[in-house]
Amino acid sequence: MTDDGALLTIEAASQSYDGKRWQFRNLDLSLRAGEITAVLGPNGRGKSTLLRVLAGLLTPTTARRLDLNPRTGFVPQAYSGSFPYTVLDVVLMGRARHIALFRMPSKSDVEKAMAALEATGMADFAGRGIDALSGGERQLVLIARALAGDNAVLLLDEPASALDLKNQDAVLTLLGELADRHRIAIAFTTHQPNHAVTVADKALIMLEGADTLFGSIGDVLTEANLKALYGLPVVAVPLDRTGARHSAFVPLYRSRDDGGVHD
Amino acid sequence: MRLSIGSGRPSRLTTTGLALLVVLAAVAALGIGRYGIPLARVVGIMFAPIIPPAEPVGATEANVIFTIRLPRILLALLSGAGLSLAGATLQGVFRNPLIGPQVIGVSSGAAFGGTVAILFGVTHAGLLGSAFACGVAAIVLVYALNDVIARRNILALVLAGVVINGFFTALVSLVQYLADSEDTLPTIVFWLMGSFATANWDKLTLVAAPMLIGCGLLLALRWRINILSLGDEEARALGVKVERLRWFVLLLVTVVVAAQVAVSGIIGWIGLVVPHMARILVGPDHRNLLPASLLIGALFLLIIDTVARTVTATEIPLGILTALIGAPVFALLLRKTERGGHDG
Repeated sequence: MTDDGALLTIEAASQSYDGKRWQFRNLDLSLRAGEITAVLGPNGRGKSTLLRVLAGLLTPTTARRLDLNPRTGFVPQAYSGSFPYTVLDVVLMGRARHIALFRMPSKSDVEKAMAALEATGMADFAGRGIDALSGGERQLVLIARALAGDNAVLLLDEPASALDLKNQDAVLTLLGELADRHRIAIAFTTHQPNHAVTVADKALIMLEGADTLFGSIGDVLTEANLKALYGLPVVAVPLDRTGARHSAFVPLYRSRDDGGVHD
Repeated sequence: MRLSIGSGRPSRLTTTGLALLVVLAAVAALGIGRYGIPLARVVGIMFAPIIPPAEPVGATEANVIFTIRLPRILLALLSGAGLSLAGATLQGVFRNPLIGPQVIGVSSGAAFGGTVAILFGVTHAGLLGSAFACGVAAIVLVYALNDVIARRNILALVLAGVVINGFFTALVSLVQYLADSEDTLPTIVFWLMGSFATANWDKLTLVAAPMLIGCGLLLALRWRINILSLGDEEARALGVKVERLRWFVLLLVTVVVAAQVAVSGIIGWIGLVVPHMARILVGPDHRNLLPASLLIGALFLLIIDTVARTVTATEIPLGILTALIGAPVFALLLRKTERGGHDG
């Protein structure tokens, strides 16, 4: 589809809802098989808007090139359905694109859904109601739903933001596996630079004034860039883990001792 | 663990059981009435063309069963099935278990079409066509109004339905006000209150086609309704053309509801209450919920109509009975779902 082996590419894309305030301007981004891209930026700077553009849910105001992928799965922040379907029923819905209008899911659709649940470690939950699951479990089910659609690209909106540390690890580990083993191109939004450092190969940061920066983790996630991004000093702490990424980021919150809360 | 397709086997059993119950109730209802016929005799008469019974079938018996009761019972079954299926569908599409055909304006639109037809002395296919046309007009207006208020917002769509419902209800009152109080007004009032008293083969054949086609297509789309119930954005992300599909589904609902209103007036509550009963029985998956709603609706309305025509010397209008029974039943169901956490 594209000249450079990317599964999804946008170039010089700009988005504004009102023509005055821009969410992002002249944004370049490409997602490759087996590669994970983390999208970082403060609240309200258009991370989710970007994901909606990549998922084909929103046409950007302008774009020089917009090569979306029809095999793209979208994982929302939370399950928003009003009815307590079983986990298997929820994952089966990921097959919608492959099932004709007046048809029901077939046996092979159920098998694919089960395989997706297997891949996310949620197979034992298949018969349970989605409403009876914890936030972390639901997130894994939503990822399974996106996987069930045989997608090449996976877009996740803050997949780990509402989870405890253990579940954050579960979701991030799963993303790594999906990229390495299934060669899926992944993009996810996050507020945690450490999540990006842990699993992502590339990062896109959405700076003030609708500017963006896209590149390898090492190039983009620097102390200086993160300070510019969040307006808060962030220190890179080297981690001594062989084979692992080399540093973690510690934000320097203003504590009581600094007089921050007493000002 | 229930692992076949969705919650497959238990609900299939429930569906089969319900279907048997419907057939049984229908046969029993054939014998019940001012001219009582024992159940065994009813079965004997039904199969008379194949196995001639020992005692030959009398003209009165045959007349009561085939000319008077059978078309009425079939019409009640069809109407109950259609209304409940429409209700379950609407609740899924609008992601709201408090929606019924009456709330979104289709019923009152069709009622206006019907009253206008009666006012001008139009009957049969003309009345059906008029009811259907106004039902469609109502849903088109709902959509147009929704576009003005807030595009693609589901709550706004429901509110638009409430507005259009109010509008058409006022128009119905206007027609009643204009109608001749000696002649057409009683006809309109009795028709609006809902009744199968005038049921005959003519009416049945008139509405059977739109009802069966509408219900059949809705049943075929039942898995898609699961996806529509996720909300627009998620459904779109799953590759479903939400706007087009919802339009199609609403059109089918309108066909079914308008056909029912055309032959038997406004019968409230069924479309709202029955899907809740079905959800308790087979769960929220619309693949099971729609067939179950259809069968329970058929059974429910048949029982109510049988009560309506037998309990007192003069018939009780159905709309009154369904409201009197439906309202407390609905309150009980809501209490149960709130406690059991069975519903969303």
